[in-house]
Amino acid sequence: MMNTGIPLQYFLVLATIMFFVGVYGFLTRRNLITILMSVELILNSVNINLLAFNRYLYPHKLEGLFFSLFVIAVAASEAAVAIAIIINIYRRFTTINVENVNEMKY
Amino acid sequence: MINFSYTVWIPLIPFLMFLLLGLGGHKLKPKLSGLLGTGGLAVITILSYITAYLYFFQSDKIEGTYQKISAFSMTWLPLTDKLHIDLGVLLDPISVMMLIVISTVSFMVHIYSLGYMKGERGFERYFAFLSLFTFSMLGLVLATNILEMYIFWELVGISSYLLIGFYYQKPSAVRASKKAFIVTRFADLGFLIGILILSFNTKTLDFITLTDPAGPAIAQGGGISFMGLSVMTWSMIFVYMGGVGKSAMFPFHIWLPDAMEGPTPVSALIHAATMVVAGVYLVARMFPIYIFSAPAALEVVAYVGAFSSLFAAIIACTQTDVKRVLAYSTISQIGYMMLALGVSGYGGHEGLGYMASMFHLFTHAMFKALLFLCAGAIIHAVHSNYFTDMGGLRKYLPITHLTFLIACLSIAGIPPLAGFFSKDEILAAALHHNRLLFSVEYAVAGLTTFYMFRLYFNIFWGSEAHYHHTPHEAPATMTVPLIILAIGSALTGFIPFNKLVTSDSMAFESNIEWTVAIPSVLIGLAGIAAAYVLYGKKTGFPDKIAAVFKYTYKLAYNKFYIDEIYLFITKKIIFKYISEPVAWFDRHIVDGMMNGIASVTQIVSHRIRGFQSGQLQKYAFVFVTGAVLLAIFFIYLWR
Repeated sequence: MMNTGIPLQYFLVLATIMFFVGVYGFLTRRNLITILMSVELILNSVNINLLAFNRYLYPHKLEGLFFSLFVIAVAASEAAVAIAIIINIYRRFTTINVENVNEMKY
Repeated sequence: MINFSYTVWIPLIPFLMFLLLGLGGHKLKPKLSGLLGTGGLAVITILSYITAYLYFFQSDKIEGTYQKISAFSMTWLPLTDKLHIDLGVLLDPISVMMLIVISTVSFMVHIYSLGYMKGERGFERYFAFLSLFTFSMLGLVLATNILEMYIFWELVGISSYLLIGFYYQKPSAVRASKKAFIVTRFADLGFLIGILILSFNTKTLDFITLTDPAGPAIAQGGGISFMGLSVMTWSMIFVYMGGVGKSAMFPFHIWLPDAMEGPTPVSALIHAATMVVAGVYLVARMFPIYIFSAPAALEVVAYVGAFSSLFAAIIACTQTDVKRVLAYSTISQIGYMMLALGVSGYGGHEGLGYMASMFHLFTHAMFKALLFLCAGAIIHAVHSNYFTDMGGLRKYLPITHLTFLIACLSIAGIPPLAGFFSKDEILAAALHHNRLLFSVEYAVAGLTTFYMFRLYFNIFWGSEAHYHHTPHEAPATMTVPLIILAIGSALTGFIPFNKLVTSDSMAFESNIEWTVAIPSVLIGLAGIAAAYVLYGKKTGFPDKIAAVFKYTYKLAYNKFYIDEIYLFITKKIIFKYISEPVAWFDRHIVDGMMNGIASVTQIVSHRIRGFQSGQLQKYAFVFVTGAVLLAIFFIYLWR
């Protein structure tokens, strides 16, 4: 077994910090690209969680691994779609500041 | 057996004509559409006469009885195994007789209309409506079951409405059409209730089963009793209510005089010869039920008929509008027919009243249609409805004069014209049944003659009125129907109805009862004499008599204020104390509730709409906060 040295909690603390950094970035940043990057941080924190739990609690199973692979695939496609949307928003509004993109209101 | 299945085309042809003229009429030339409508009618007239010939003289009678033939039948609404509504064609003596009446009069009216309506706006619309009416009326008389009859009954009502309101730019015509529709519709509500009670009780809608004297519907008797009368009696009274409305009997007669706002040929067709006798036909159709299961309802029929005939005859004596006099005369004559049915028995000579009623229906259709068409020709020539604007017209309108005279003599019951025979049979039937009704009918016979000849002398004799231009005789399209109908009014009395159309479809012997006939002819002659003395020359007599019977005259002139009573009841009582509170409730409570819900929603949404700011990160913040709160809740507080 390889899990000598680093305890599980370290991974979890890392993931939590990453998650809240992502949430903070998502809520405060005005640039759409940065927001997208924040989302990636959130997703990756979840990936770390999945892998850590898989490794430490159920070392003979592979579900966590597969799930994180799925998350990576989904994140990739999501990034593609999001960037396409952002490009279109830029063409329409000539800005990617999220505060100026507020047409969808009452 | 003769195959009568072709008779289904008799109502269908006018229907197809209606569709053709109604949908494509504006593309055709008016004259062509008129000719098309008339041509269709010519075909069904021929078919009707063939049917009558085959039915009465060629088809097999069983034990001397004309059979009821279901010539065509299809299931229209198969609701359940037991309850299914059929459409079909029923041939029996009265329906075949009605075929003749309807097709003949309708054909004549179509020809007449070609001349009368020439150049009117909506010529093809007029013919489309006439075809619709003919279709509905034929469907009504050929119906195999009571619901089919009801459907056509309403169709007849709507075509009457359309035709009365033909001049839809004239407010009085619009009012009259609405009045006719609403009054008859109200009466038809009674008819529907009657149908429902009747079919619930007898478990059948079919006429053949219903009216079979040995059948289950009659064998079960009157049923349980309710408020002193049996259920069957109630249902038949309700059914009769529909007949009262359609036939303009008292108290639902108010629509008929106003219906004269329609074109005159329409009055001749619908409001004199065909539709208004639908009530009589209805009672005749259900006659075995009336006589065996609900004799009390039959008494109602007799008294309503007798009262209406007297009532309308008195009013007719005071009116000055030619068409209105004829309208009241129609009410009066239909009252006669109702009375004859009411006093009739069943089978053989007992059923004299039934036969007399059908006979009078037939002859009346001829001479009343003729009278109306003559009135149309006169109005066409003089451009006025009031005979006070007429006088001395016999020189200008010789053909109209002659045919009008024949019709007057016929309705007055002067032998050997048609009215004499049928009226004599009715009086004879009344004599054997009820002396009171009999004497009422004698009085009505006198009044009838009087007001008809009052009309005649005022129009054709007397001093010549001042005309703007010389009146001239109508064109041939109008005079030919007059002549044909005059021949009908003169000769149809010789048709042996006692051999053909009887209560049990069996021939019986009946002779003219001279003890009844001679006094009635004398009364008729007296009526003519009175009319001649009063109106033959311009004298002051009529005004003096009117002055002597001042109040009676005023009462009759204003139609006994029945219209005003109706107005009072509807406007002052029903509208004020029922409709207005209901309207208030609707407007303030029901609508108020709905409006309240709407405005509360609107206010709330106005308040909270700022929430939807379009700011993506605000949404995300709310979402994250919510998620955190939920997480706290489920982790620490949920136990």
